[in-house]
Amino acid sequence: MNMRLKLMACASVLAMGMSSAALADCGISSGDVSILGNDFPALQAVVAGAQECATGSVTVTTNLTRDHRDLQVAALTANPSQYSVAVVANGSIVPLMNAGLIRPLDDLIEKHGSDLLPTQMVRVEGQVMAVAFMANAQHLFYRSDVLEQAGVGAPQTLSDVLSAAEAIRSQGIMDHPVAIVSGAGWNLAQEFVNLYLGHGGSFFEPGSAAPAINNEAGIATLEALKALTGFSNPDYLTFDSNAIQALWEAGEVALMLHWGSRGAGILSGENSTPEIVASTVLAAAPTVEGQSRPATTLWWDGFTIAANTSDENAEASFLAMLNGITPERIAANSELAVWLGEGYEPTPASAGVIASAQGGAAPYPMTPYMGLMHTALGDNLAPFLQGSASAEETLATIEAAYATAARSQGFLN
Amino acid sequence: MKHRTFFWFILPSALAMILFIALPVVSVFIQSLHVEHEQVLRTVENCGPFGCAEETIVDREATRELREARPLGRFAGFSNYLDRNHLAITEIRGMWERSDSIADFTRRAMTLPFWRALAFTLTFTFVVTPFVLVLGLAIALGVNSLPRIFRGPTIFVSLLPMIVTPLIGSLVLYWMVDSRGVLGAFLQTVTNDPTLSLRASPTLTWIMLIVYGVWSSAPFAFIVFYAGLQTVPEEPLEAAMIDGANRWQRIRYVVIPHLMPLAIFITLMQLMDNFRVFEPIVGFQAQASATSLSYNIFNYLRGDAAQFGAAATTSMLTILGVVVLLAPVLIRTWRDFNRKGH
Repeated sequence: MNMRLKLMACASVLAMGMSSAALADCGISSGDVSILGNDFPALQAVVAGAQECATGSVTVTTNLTRDHRDLQVAALTANPSQYSVAVVANGSIVPLMNAGLIRPLDDLIEKHGSDLLPTQMVRVEGQVMAVAFMANAQHLFYRSDVLEQAGVGAPQTLSDVLSAAEAIRSQGIMDHPVAIVSGAGWNLAQEFVNLYLGHGGSFFEPGSAAPAINNEAGIATLEALKALTGFSNPDYLTFDSNAIQALWEAGEVALMLHWGSRGAGILSGENSTPEIVASTVLAAAPTVEGQSRPATTLWWDGFTIAANTSDENAEASFLAMLNGITPERIAANSELAVWLGEGYEPTPASAGVIASAQGGAAPYPMTPYMGLMHTALGDNLAPFLQGSASAEETLATIEAAYATAARSQGFLN
Repeated sequence: MKHRTFFWFILPSALAMILFIALPVVSVFIQSLHVEHEQVLRTVENCGPFGCAEETIVDREATRELREARPLGRFAGFSNYLDRNHLAITEIRGMWERSDSIADFTRRAMTLPFWRALAFTLTFTFVVTPFVLVLGLAIALGVNSLPRIFRGPTIFVSLLPMIVTPLIGSLVLYWMVDSRGVLGAFLQTVTNDPTLSLRASPTLTWIMLIVYGVWSSAPFAFIVFYAGLQTVPEEPLEAAMIDGANRWQRIRYVVIPHLMPLAIFITLMQLMDNFRVFEPIVGFQAQASATSLSYNIFNYLRGDAAQFGAAATTSMLTILGVVVLLAPVLIRTWRDFNRKGH
């Protein structure tokens, strides 16, 4: 419903733009803008702003899809590229940089980007390769009423979360009080990455692409993952972001590690009851005992401009995207994300992400071979959770799977 | 037919087959012999919203030169076939030495992507195919004995599982077997086990996928057998009745022999179809418990770094698998053909 309203709003804005071309003046004389990106409300708002730049001589087309990562490399390799803008995150910019498919933005920023904050510039070797506009991280959601009923306080650490879950279960309040984004594949791997960095681990040998996860931190991470999923609904290996948001909104879980970008949707109460919304608390991701940083990774979302696109289209695209992140637009959509630009006023929905960032959570690694590690994790974690492999075996399997992929991709010899 | 005439007669289809079948296979084979270029790495300082850090990046200029010089990548011979993602000879040997029982060895080997996928693919193929044959024949016989007026609607309803797109069909079933879905809740009540979840256990997931496979393919066997039933001659049936054969005996000794060529055709199609099982694994989100060769190919090609070499190698091994599977049936058909021809 909300989405449909938004679409209608977009459509009417577009129609108005058509009727009086002077209305949306983004300073673009002509050009074709086409945007590829992920699909969630904050991005929809940004892209709606970019679409307002459409005039008789400027076209703006968009493709927002969850499968954007699978499309982006092929789409931007074409010359001229299929899209002039790729909206990426710190994980998904790497394959584009590896292949040299995005252009430095310094000249465009010098010309048009005086309003951007220095923290929005993503610099690689001194060159700005992306303009970040929002931050995201998985963090803890908990139900204060259920915890109160179970007689436990606000969880700070991982063992607090587990003992709260145990209290809720043992008192018969809920059988499966915990939900994490634990679907086998990319999602489960992301949970491992969060917990592993929270345990103080690092993924590779220093200065090399050789894997280094078969250690104490790795084993502790697997045990933590097993403990958390032990309190989850038995279907947990099929859970994606939408599935666990639905569990939360149905009041079936009381502790959840989920993306901050879902906070606004959950707090809107659209699919939920007022009691659940009122008792939903967004807090920092839990820390691991003996470690200081919250067990999560920080993500930024930002836009990049394709290398294989004309200078005219690149400039038009840059201006259109700037129109998507104006201070007014950010102020109007403050509840949708933790915006990095001017005009942002933190809202309750951002509490978890901001607390995690202030706690010193690590950014998701931008290493070129991290994607291969993530894939190897996603493909091989399930047997451990299903009880058919030991922790050491699982970590050895992941290292072997990663090494095979890294060899065939030319990162290892 | 003269050789010359035959040549011109066959030329268009031969050309199309070379263009659309042979050349792509050759290209995939060549790709399977290559791996990516060595990546030239550098450490630089990256800065972003969360501060600055030393990070490794790929040296674009140096890597681009390598890539332009040899766009296919580095020639690697058959190393893709032997590596851990495929035949994994070294790993298998190591596992064999470390294992204390066959069960332990199997458990270890199931972490190897190719063997794990092959195990499910073969199980799926060899369980679904006979079930489809038997169920298809049973439905065809049932529908054939209905009064004419009911046949049309019954045929339409029986064909529905085949009409539904596989991905949608599996999604529909996926939500029905959810613990809050119609089938999932029903099973929990019947077994009196509130924690029963078809999606949680690998064994139940395999069974669920196999049931889906039978459900979606049975209509194909049914419609072929039903067409065949319309051609069963009346005389031998009447003769059998006069000889005192009951319904079962008539089916066993008259109808089934008559339908045998169709059964071979269906077996052939089903072996091929089931060997490339893919959609239900995606639809049921079953990759934690079951993967197939086709799913592996899909998995190598998606995500951040498409692994073309690995995908090409799995494709070649899949083609090889289909050839091995079909060989007995094809040899048999060829013999029958020769016998009839001479």
